[in-house]
Amino acid sequence: MKTAGLIIVVLAGAILLYATRDFPPWGAPDSPASTHVSPRYLQKSMEETAVPNVVTSVLADYRGFDTMFETTVIFCAGIGCFALLRILRRKPEDRYYRHIATEITLHLKGGKLPEKSREFERIDTLWTPYDLIIKTMCRILVPFIQLFALYVIAHGHHSPGGGFQGGVILGASMILVAISHNMRTAIGRISEKTDNLLMPTGVFIYAGIGTLCLILGANFLDYSGLSTILFSGPIMARSHGIFGVEIGVGITVMAVMISIYNNLASAGKQDEGL
Amino acid sequence: MTDLIPVIVAKYNYWLYIVLMMIGLYAMIAKNNLIKKLVGMNIFQTSIILFYVSMGCKTGGATIPIIQHGLGVGHHAIDPAHYVNPLPHVLMLTAIVVSVSTFGVAVALAIKIYQRHKTLEEDEILAQSRER
Amino acid sequence: MNDHYPALLIISPLLFSYLTSAAAWIRKGLCYPLAVVGSGLSAWFSVWLFANVLQKGTIEYRLGGWEAPWGIGYRVDTLNGLVLTVVSVLAFINLVSTRRSVAAEFPEKEGAFYTLYLLFIVGLVGMTVTGDLFNLYVLLEVASLTSYALIALGGGRAPLASLNYLFMGTIGGCFYLLGVGYLYIMTGSLNMADVASLLPAIHTSSAVWVAFTFCMVGVGLKMAFFPLHVWLPNAYTYAPSAVSSLIAPLMTKVMVYVMIRLMISVFSLDFIFGYLKVADPMVWLSVLAIIMGALLALAQKNLKRMFCYIIVSEIGYMVGGAWLGNAAGMTGAILHILNDALMTITLFLAAGNIYYKINGLEFHQLRGLFHRMPLTMACFVTAALSIIGVPPTCGFFSKWYLITGALQAGQYGFLAALLFSSLVNVILFFRVIEISYYGDMQHAHGHGSPSEPRTEAPATMLTPLLIVSTGLVIIGMYTGTIVTTLIDPIIPAALAR
Repeated sequence: MKTAGLIIVVLAGAILLYATRDFPPWGAPDSPASTHVSPRYLQKSMEETAVPNVVTSVLADYRGFDTMFETTVIFCAGIGCFALLRILRRKPEDRYYRHIATEITLHLKGGKLPEKSREFERIDTLWTPYDLIIKTMCRILVPFIQLFALYVIAHGHHSPGGGFQGGVILGASMILVAISHNMRTAIGRISEKTDNLLMPTGVFIYAGIGTLCLILGANFLDYSGLSTILFSGPIMARSHGIFGVEIGVGITVMAVMISIYNNLASAGKQDEGL
Repeated sequence: MTDLIPVIVAKYNYWLYIVLMMIGLYAMIAKNNLIKKLVGMNIFQTSIILFYVSMGCKTGGATIPIIQHGLGVGHHAIDPAHYVNPLPHVLMLTAIVVSVSTFGVAVALAIKIYQRHKTLEEDEILAQSRER
Repeated sequence: MNDHYPALLIISPLLFSYLTSAAAWIRKGLCYPLAVVGSGLSAWFSVWLFANVLQKGTIEYRLGGWEAPWGIGYRVDTLNGLVLTVVSVLAFINLVSTRRSVAAEFPEKEGAFYTLYLLFIVGLVGMTVTGDLFNLYVLLEVASLTSYALIALGGGRAPLASLNYLFMGTIGGCFYLLGVGYLYIMTGSLNMADVASLLPAIHTSSAVWVAFTFCMVGVGLKMAFFPLHVWLPNAYTYAPSAVSSLIAPLMTKVMVYVMIRLMISVFSLDFIFGYLKVADPMVWLSVLAIIMGALLALAQKNLKRMFCYIIVSEIGYMVGGAWLGNAAGMTGAILHILNDALMTITLFLAAGNIYYKINGLEFHQLRGLFHRMPLTMACFVTAALSIIGVPPTCGFFSKWYLITGALQAGQYGFLAALLFSSLVNVILFFRVIEISYYGDMQHAHGHGSPSEPRTEAPATMLTPLLIVSTGLVIIGMYTGTIVTTLIDPIIPAALAR
């Protein structure tokens, strides 16, 4: 298998390398890629969409249809991980509890104590000691991380950023809670049902804005059709439409990141993680 | 020999990324451990992303494609040669998301395989499947 | 509303998939009805769009209001419209039949199943309708990801089969993306029509034929063209029955459509047959695919696995027909997309019904099935006759076009492979029919009347099967109309008649 793989790889690499002799030189200003389609994006983005960040305007307006399916791809990954791994009805298994006052550890085989008990706290099977510094610092940092994420989403018009980047940072903030505390704390903050309802909400906002444009008479995802209900000209309507879809993307990406982490780290049980 | 150097300078980025792609492809085909195959898949997809992004570069001091303040719409005209080509960046944002999603589903599948076979080496898994 | 059909037929399953996913956590009983409505709307709009295309000619639609190549454009002609209608209608018919088997095999993941089902339909339909090369890649990944997850839902060896499919499918998708990248470097555009207008000026450069090669290898990996087919038998056999009757007929046929679209509309046929001299090796590879598919199918003892190798053989028919280089061959290939989708869905629906009743598909378990499930087996026999190529079922007519094309092109190896494969199909299917009809004669005690009670599959699983198997005969009888009104307009005049 290794020799066959080596032959295939060398052959494919040789063909690809041979084809590069016809490429225009790297960075040439008159190459077809730089002169055919993209100059219009750079020249007209400000006057057609009022968005200075050309990458955002191309991503969310000129080629917004692709971005909708990109969000659908990540939604599929979230649903796929849920469908593959999630074990919804589990047999009773061993649980470990710690009596807070005396620090005695209990091992219950097949039973469980009430969840919000004041005397006993549930600990993971591989219990690590209570670390005050990590828990406190992460708890303090999480709101600032989320604020920064909201800034990245909202400021995608003027600086590098946008829905995907902001959504990942939001998801990372919840994953930080799951790593520094334990997974049950993170699930207590955003429950599985909330998370799984947020996942389709974001993409529904995206497709919904597109369908709204369709209902108002323009083509699908043609934000200038929104100018009637937003009381602004078609150009500003495009800018607002881009912002709306970025919000939808951010919501979905956050929910999917949290869901994938929960399902993968606990192998479907959503009980104990890393 | 001296006329080879301009060719290398003009194309070396493409060659580098093609070599990376082939390393990733070899890992996917030839390695035995499922996680190593996953890593190879990630290398392969990332090198394609780098390939695309590098094709958008423009020499001559081009900057990121965010229109500077005060340009366009009746002010000074925008010269496309000042800004990097934005289209490959847009395409690769999509490709990065696709790569992450595929990786997530692949890790979920690897976890399921591990739960059933208690190993991640492909030859041991095939031997176990033949026994059953 | 008329003008917006191209967008509506993608939005409806998309929006309903989100609603289904939310309904799974709010009220579970709504998942199946929402999925049926979403899929039904998609089938409805695609039939109307196809009717519009037949009246008015090629329809173009600008998404986001931007004209191509600055925005993404849809371009629907009769080839698109035909494949689109086939995909959405067959997916809807299959959805109706899945309710019982899903409830039996994985009841608590119903919501996720229907969501993934609708998203798979979105991926396939989007691939068919688009006119933009990168949009095709994104939708290919939507369809692929959902199929990896759907296939792995079957327990046992399904996750390993799905992971192997994932590796090979990702290589295929990335090779396609590489090809598109090379085309973008050379032309600067991503729109199919735009690239087609820019390519003739640079067709002698090596980057173009390398782009073509990598696109073809990528598409070949995803359509299971021999020798890149190794993922298919395991993936489709271990998948749950509701999933294999969805994915097996549709995914590989849509990839054949993508190959034909790239051949006709992007890299023109003059370039492929005139400049690149790869038509003969491709036809010989198809011959190999047909023969190996037939031989490997003979060695199987499991019904679904046998069907999978028959699919490999049928893909060989279509690829060979497209690469023959004449109008009859291309007509046969396009007609075979329609016919093979119908035949495969009939076979897999019948297998699904059998599995629902007897929980197994090995040959020795099929004894006496004719008496216990007569309607299912009658539809199975119809599909068997169609695959063998018996008139008036549709399989005969597409084989006829392929044979005519092979004779005209002088490819006698392809002709011999077609006839050999028909012979092998006779052996394969008569073996199964014999086991299931005569299988329990040795237990019959000489009574002469079958003592097994009739345990036919439930109505929701039987009705779709009856619909598609009568479709086999009806489409066969209307072949002439189909060819003249739908297929002939697309075949470029460049192909010799």
